[in-house]
Amino acid sequence: MSTTTLEKQAGAPAPAVKPAGRARQPGERGPLGTVLLHAGLMAASMIAVAPVAWLVYLSLGPDKNDYLHPGAIAGKMSFANYGYVLRHTEFFSWFKSTMIVALGTTVVGVLLAATTGYAVSRMRFPGHKQLMWILLLTQAFPIAVLIVPMYQIFSDLGLIDSYWALILVNCTTAVPYSAWLLKGYFDTIPIEIDEAGRVDGLTPFGTFFRLILPLARPGLAVAAFYNFITAVAEVAFATTFMLDDSKYTFSVGLQTFVSEHDAEWNYMAATAVLIAIPVSLFFYLVQKNLVTGLTSGGTKG
Amino acid sequence: MTVAIDRATGKSRGDRVPRPGLGQRMKNSLQKYWYAYAMIAPVVIVLAVLVGYPLVRGFYITLTDANSLNSARTIGVNHIAATYKFVGLDNYKNILFGPLSYDRFWSHVIWTIVWTVACVTLHYTFGLGLALMLNQKLRGRTVYRVLLVLPWAVPTFVTVFSWRIMLADSGAINQILHALHLPQPQWLEDTFWQRFAAIMVNTWCGVPFMMLSLLGGLQSIDTTLYEAAKMDGANSWQRFRHVTLPGLRSVSSTVVLLGVIWTFNQFAIIFLLFGPTSAPDAQILVTWAYYLGFGQQPRDFAQSAAYGVLLLSIVTVFTSFYFRWLKRNDQLAV
Repeated sequence: MSTTTLEKQAGAPAPAVKPAGRARQPGERGPLGTVLLHAGLMAASMIAVAPVAWLVYLSLGPDKNDYLHPGAIAGKMSFANYGYVLRHTEFFSWFKSTMIVALGTTVVGVLLAATTGYAVSRMRFPGHKQLMWILLLTQAFPIAVLIVPMYQIFSDLGLIDSYWALILVNCTTAVPYSAWLLKGYFDTIPIEIDEAGRVDGLTPFGTFFRLILPLARPGLAVAAFYNFITAVAEVAFATTFMLDDSKYTFSVGLQTFVSEHDAEWNYMAATAVLIAIPVSLFFYLVQKNLVTGLTSGGTKG
Repeated sequence: MTVAIDRATGKSRGDRVPRPGLGQRMKNSLQKYWYAYAMIAPVVIVLAVLVGYPLVRGFYITLTDANSLNSARTIGVNHIAATYKFVGLDNYKNILFGPLSYDRFWSHVIWTIVWTVACVTLHYTFGLGLALMLNQKLRGRTVYRVLLVLPWAVPTFVTVFSWRIMLADSGAINQILHALHLPQPQWLEDTFWQRFAAIMVNTWCGVPFMMLSLLGGLQSIDTTLYEAAKMDGANSWQRFRHVTLPGLRSVSSTVVLLGVIWTFNQFAIIFLLFGPTSAPDAQILVTWAYYLGFGQQPRDFAQSAAYGVLLLSIVTVFTSFYFRWLKRNDQLAV
């Protein structure tokens, strides 16, 4: 990893320091450069954290109009909102729905996609290119294309307001995405392993299930995490297809605090914090793999 | 059964065998590749059912005048059959050239383009700037990194509400502006400021992904290139211009494509920031299509689906041109 980079970018817009007099060693920076660098990063971090921190702060104010007088909250902080949300709202039903939908999507998406990822990574068959193109394009589908026909189909089947509807809809993105990502991961597994398996008399399926799949566990995990997080964060379909407020997922449930007539910002904030904490912890655990998965799947095509 | 497991195209070129008939060729290819087809079968079937069929049905809806009043529906125990009829391409004609086409379609097209270009430019610029800063040897770098990723870690549907509180008429941002004796715009009511706020929130949400991807790209650039450039007397700008930027090219082309697609299709931010029914002028095409289909009464399914088809065509055309362009510049190995 490079540490010998450009002192120039120190304070991104303004050229930080010009080398003065003596030639600097690679990776060295003038004291002014360091100060500007810290200042820039600190400012950016403040902006990144402020909205979230503000939400946490407001969730401690017991009254629904406290967000207008934030100064007053400091004097009367309490966890009352959290108690209310946990005891008197549908929080736990929402949690259950979210889990059912997210885990369902994850399992279906990864299981179905694994063999395809392997096939497109290792084999060249007629239709290979078209399949890759379709997998890529499906991820670019605007929700507007599918939402109306899906709504009608699910109404016909009586699946509106059922978890299955959401799981199936989420699979339209989860399946092609997982296949694409797993292809990227299989590409990194040396082909010699396959060849060894073949020489030892395994069928292509045997090679895949006995040799490659166990090796690909990290890749499967990343695909699973990503599907899980996307399914939790899905808004449009969940809002449209779930009608019964005990079946709402979090992304729908959170909206119910704010209607045209009334806005219970304090309860909204408390719920938001309760949702955000586990999701973001989970996210931090996997974020590094997520980025490499996303970009390498694309670049290595 | 042949083993076509290597990455080569299978056959060596040049051996000209007389081409067998179509039936024979299909049989041969099936014999040769049956395991490949067996492996892709689950995904192909699922996509055909979950994407292909709705797509065809959606396209059919756009050729009708379906809305929530004439579609099949069940009220209590009574089932009412669908009564909508075939109208040909009228929906498209109306959307693209009808009397209200500017207000209803073209204005949203322009705003969607502005939105996409502005957001992706901002994402990329801030992302690259922060990635360059994080790539320096620095005390507390990990802490900065963790903090800067926060907007991506917290789900969008949570953070948008936080922005909504802050941007409210007497919310935190206007209180700060008041304290600084600056004008306090009506962020969530005035069209211009609605658009401004939407871009701002989306930028805030989208920078971390760009930052992390570009940071990964920066770290994969060979350090000896910088040393060599230094030896040759390149100043820091020249090193940035001729070593860093070319080194980031393949990561950039991917993240920009992803960024454009995600931003163009971004639903949650605008939908949640303004609520389902307000701010008609700040809706981008995706949310506007949703509004037509589900946000108004009666729900206009046909128009909404037609918007969907138009959107998909735009995305498809853009993606294929982008790929062609990348291929010409040899930046992608698909």
